[in-house]
Amino acid sequence: MAAPSYGLIATFDTTPDLYHAAEKVRDAGYRHWDCITPFPVHGLDKAMGLKRSIVPRISLCGGIAGFCTGMSMIWWTGAVDYPLIVGGKPLFSPMFAFPVSYELTILFTAFATIGGMLFLNGLPMHYHPVLKYEHIRRGMDDQFFLVIETRDPRFNLANTKALLEKAGGKNISELEA
Amino acid sequence: MAHAEHAATPPAILQEVKPAVLPRAVMVANNRSFSWITEKICGIIEGKTPTWWWVCFILACLVASFTVAGIAYLIATGVGVWGHANPVNWAWDIVNFVFWIGIGHAGTLISAILCLLRQKWRTSINRAAEAMTIFAVVCAGIFPVFHVGRVWYAWYLFPIPNSNAIWQNFRSPLEWDVFAVSTYGTVSVLFWYVGLLPDLAVLRDRFYASGNKLRSALYGFFALGWRGSNRHWSNYEMAYLILAGISTPLVLSVHTIVSFDFAVSLLPGWHTTIFPPYFVAGAIFSGFGMVLTLMLPLRAIYRMEDLITQYHIDCMCKITLATGTIVGYAYAMEFFIAWYGANPYEGFAFINRAFGHYAWAYWIMISCNVITPQFFWFKAVRENTSFVWILSIFVNVGMWFERFVIIVTSLARDFLPSSWGYYSPSIVEIFTFFGTFGVFSVLFLLFIRFLPIMPMAELKAVTPQADVHGGGDHH
Repeated sequence: MAAPSYGLIATFDTTPDLYHAAEKVRDAGYRHWDCITPFPVHGLDKAMGLKRSIVPRISLCGGIAGFCTGMSMIWWTGAVDYPLIVGGKPLFSPMFAFPVSYELTILFTAFATIGGMLFLNGLPMHYHPVLKYEHIRRGMDDQFFLVIETRDPRFNLANTKALLEKAGGKNISELEA
Repeated sequence: MAHAEHAATPPAILQEVKPAVLPRAVMVANNRSFSWITEKICGIIEGKTPTWWWVCFILACLVASFTVAGIAYLIATGVGVWGHANPVNWAWDIVNFVFWIGIGHAGTLISAILCLLRQKWRTSINRAAEAMTIFAVVCAGIFPVFHVGRVWYAWYLFPIPNSNAIWQNFRSPLEWDVFAVSTYGTVSVLFWYVGLLPDLAVLRDRFYASGNKLRSALYGFFALGWRGSNRHWSNYEMAYLILAGISTPLVLSVHTIVSFDFAVSLLPGWHTTIFPPYFVAGAIFSGFGMVLTLMLPLRAIYRMEDLITQYHIDCMCKITLATGTIVGYAYAMEFFIAWYGANPYEGFAFINRAFGHYAWAYWIMISCNVITPQFFWFKAVRENTSFVWILSIFVNVGMWFERFVIIVTSLARDFLPSSWGYYSPSIVEIFTFFGTFGVFSVLFLLFIRFLPIMPMAELKAVTPQADVHGGGDHH
């Protein structure tokens, strides 16, 4: 083969088939592998041995940053940079600064959540070996794929192929990098 | 698996009492397959543009031109072309703003609050409802921006350093509103886009397979290289849940802050603490009215009966009934507090609403908002889609009049009888408002032509065959 190999891809027709195959690959100790599914399959994270996503931590940082931005912006513009008494009210109070800070908390959380999700997923990435797979359209539609990468220390063409076959994978083929 | 063990040894008591099996509501009727869902929804985009679409689109463009003309005339002449005059300086513009922003709220309710409450029936309507939210916010934004008069100074609303070196007055609820509405618009677009990501990837691969490289590249660009990886889904689902979690307080806060525009003032009829919850309930009520108005024709045109089932319509009608009844309660409570508070100005404001010069508007509001939803108690009504659709129009009309009654009656009869007035809209105002329905329709028609109107990935996930234990009915 001219191009270096990215890994092996196997096809599954139903969600339970994929789920049980994922459990077998996880138990075999593979680390660099993935499932391709047209929708989020409930429980597959556990079958793949994935840890809880860390997106919430990024969101929390965004939220705190948003709240602090709101409060400090209103304090600095109203009480420091250009103090102006309006209606005899104080130059700064967390009370009247709260609604704007609240909205900015939500705005920054949204940015952090989406930015964090894309960063953790390595997106945008318009080129990927999996997307070159000829049947990828079915993976967005109604089929399920399991990919094991060659860079995995346990990867061995014959053994890995045997594992995927034993797990019920069909149409096992090599992916070009 | 805990679940499997549980199923293997049912508690002994169960065999004695023989509990009835409660059937789960079917989200996708007729046991449709994954690829049926894909074909059904992508087929709308890939098929030939139907004639009705062109007819509606051209009609909508013509209607939208009224807004364009009205605004162009306003910019060229001045804000005096609207019918505002002392003492009524807030009128149709703010009525229309609150009307449109309220309509948007049902979209966020469906996509966020119902997501947190695990209401699976939201999946088939949430994409279109979110689109409705965004387009409604666009229409809403037009009015306050042009009401400032010199619209080229509208950027003064945001804390951007300017040559006068002064900053915005953050003590004012109007400034809070700027942040609330712009945050709402931004987060709604982001939430919508994140939901679209996997579906854009489906379209990318389908157009590639059918040889349409240009459209494949366009959808592919916005799909960001989504490839359905479960490692991605794991982060994606978490992000989606958090977005739902923050959109819930957002949607409640936006209409709360909109109500602050009135409640923080000292005007009788506006200065009431009931406004925030009352406005939020009203917004959801009007929004569901609009969702029904839009989804029922779509369901009929695209033969979507298997995806928007009678169960979905029932749920929407029941929420309309619940929120409509809350709104009715709020109307009654306003009157009670006006009497109980023993403030003569407050009391006058409410007597004047019901029996003064604008009584006609008040009674239109009461009949549309309080009486109309009560029909939804009856199953026969909920199952008659044409009748539901007509009732939903009444809800839209009634909620527009609610904002009119609140804003205009309080201003037209203020503290000084010598300054009392009667407000009527100018033809420019009427045209500008009429045109926003065209703006909304143009955007919505483009949406149903070029984007998947239902979230395919989410729909597939609620079908029984998505369950990893085979058949989801025993969960």
